[in-house]
Amino acid sequence: MTTTAAATANPPLGRTPFLRYSGDRLLGLFGLLVMLLVLVALMALLYDIARDGLGRLSWQFVTSYPSRRASEAGILPALVGSIYIIGITALIAVPLGVGAAIYLEEYGARGSWARIVEINIANLAGVPSIIYGLLGLGLFVRSLGMGRSVVAGASTLALLVLPTVIISTREALRAVPKSLREGSYALGATQWQTIQHQVLPAAIPGILTGLILALSRAIGETAPLITIGALTYVPFLPDGIWSPFTVLPIQIFSWVSRPQAAFAENAAAGILILLLLLLTMNAVAIVVRDRFQRTKY
Amino acid sequence: MLSTTRRSVAEAVLLTITLASCGGTSAGDGGSNSPTTSGDTIIRIDGSSTVFPVTEAVAEEFQKANRGTRVTVGISGTGGGFQKFCRDEIDIADASRPISSTEQDACEKTGVQFIELPVAYDGLAIVVHPRNTWATSMTVGELKKLWEPAAQGKLAKWSQVRDGWPDREIHLFGPGVDSGTFDYFTEAIIGKTDQSRGDYTSSEDDNVVVQGVSGDEFALGYFGFAYYEENQGKLKLVAVDDGNDANGKGPILPSPETVKDGSYFPLSRPVFIYVKVKSLEKPEVKSFVEFYLAKGAPLVREVGYIPLGDKEYGLVQGRFSAKTAGSMYQGTDSHSSMSLEQRLMR
Repeated sequence: MTTTAAATANPPLGRTPFLRYSGDRLLGLFGLLVMLLVLVALMALLYDIARDGLGRLSWQFVTSYPSRRASEAGILPALVGSIYIIGITALIAVPLGVGAAIYLEEYGARGSWARIVEINIANLAGVPSIIYGLLGLGLFVRSLGMGRSVVAGASTLALLVLPTVIISTREALRAVPKSLREGSYALGATQWQTIQHQVLPAAIPGILTGLILALSRAIGETAPLITIGALTYVPFLPDGIWSPFTVLPIQIFSWVSRPQAAFAENAAAGILILLLLLLTMNAVAIVVRDRFQRTKY
Repeated sequence: MLSTTRRSVAEAVLLTITLASCGGTSAGDGGSNSPTTSGDTIIRIDGSSTVFPVTEAVAEEFQKANRGTRVTVGISGTGGGFQKFCRDEIDIADASRPISSTEQDACEKTGVQFIELPVAYDGLAIVVHPRNTWATSMTVGELKKLWEPAAQGKLAKWSQVRDGWPDREIHLFGPGVDSGTFDYFTEAIIGKTDQSRGDYTSSEDDNVVVQGVSGDEFALGYFGFAYYEENQGKLKLVAVDDGNDANGKGPILPSPETVKDGSYFPLSRPVFIYVKVKSLEKPEVKSFVEFYLAKGAPLVREVGYIPLGDKEYGLVQGRFSAKTAGSMYQGTDSHSSMSLEQRLMR
């Protein structure tokens, strides 16, 4: 009994490293294959879109209003609408989300109540976006009388991304070493001073990563915005938070379903613009994050 | 110290919530005011995505002719459009079918009176692959046999549709259940809305259905006539025989002419705009609808639909200037063979 156990625990030398390393290599190879598969799929998609859309991409396309003639149609109101919506969504979701996370992580009591809140937030993150659209329609558009406006759309998207913001901010706060807080307390700082000067700056890179993920989700949403009454044909730019609006995904969706092939090219060009906007957002976040990291350490 | 901090934070949170809710209410007041004040210059349209291209084209031209007026068009679907229409949230509803009695009741409850105006025809094309030599025409009965729910899993070969057709598997393509085209096809062919076999390849995007049929020799599919016109080289039309020689003898192919004169029956339908009577107090809305009816026909053709006949346009214009409220489909079967002209004159 003891001898067999010892034998399995210590197999003859010489074979062990080979077995161990071959398993290692196998997993590495598998990982590489999976990554290549994903990359190839992504590249194929991008190639397909670029092939259809690059020819249509021009200054005229970016600065024109929608039209029934595919060659004259442009994306301007949708582009401005998307930027507007995502900006206001961030303005609403960031203070609420980060504030809630700070409370839950730093101040809130631990106990069954906290666990219930935690489970609920995690569940909310998985609720289909159209449900948020229905909530937004009932709450913001009708009960609060916001109408089918930019602010109603942004509020709905803010609700949609709040759980993600809260969860990722809490993760970031939790990752701040305990020694940092204790050092701060030892020097006589209050809890808020500690959070303000030590914890938050250290957590900002993580918070920003979460924010970008959340806002990237919001910028691609169509269903909740159509539900709350975002429009498709808006021949003017939003001139305030009460203005009607449209966004890039809705414009793209509308073009894709048209019978004329030229509209499919417009849709592909629209997708490229959406990707560019997304990349710009991410780039800004990365720059901000790097700055914080440099000043901190 | 910790307890005081905790209390002050709790106070801060409370304060924020109170402020937020105050902000919410005041914003709410501002919200209900500002859309109505700015609503004077905006013509609000929503509804069917089928009618969208027509309304978009008219809106585009109207705004070129009238600088400063603003028209917005949404695509929340015929049902979604009527819901907003009867809640008094929009001026005009785009609709790919007549208003239902439930929707009329909803409008009545809120006191929304409307004028029903047909603006174009939409035809439904039955298509097969260009190499399909046998299925040049089908009767409504054969289409029903092929698509009805009872055919599911049983009718799987061309030879089962008509004797003499190849003993090969038939591959069906069609729009998804949320599509207005689906509602309309099932109502016209099966006789009951939304009753269809489910074992076919479906997509909400008609372009996907086009792809499916054009790549499969043994396929059959249906979708809006505009999608056929844009893909003529890849598809072949099937003529449809309704068995009634009074409106065209034998099998009829869809074309702008046969859809317009009603001989391509029962797969052609009028599409509508519903105008709120109260909105006509706004001069922009009135001139927009007048523009729609007077200048719409070439635009309708340009975006792939089929304009009404001159006589019908005349009747529709008369209906509008007389402000005839209510639906001409009330109390009748919308799929009886009564032509649009007969309905308009009723």
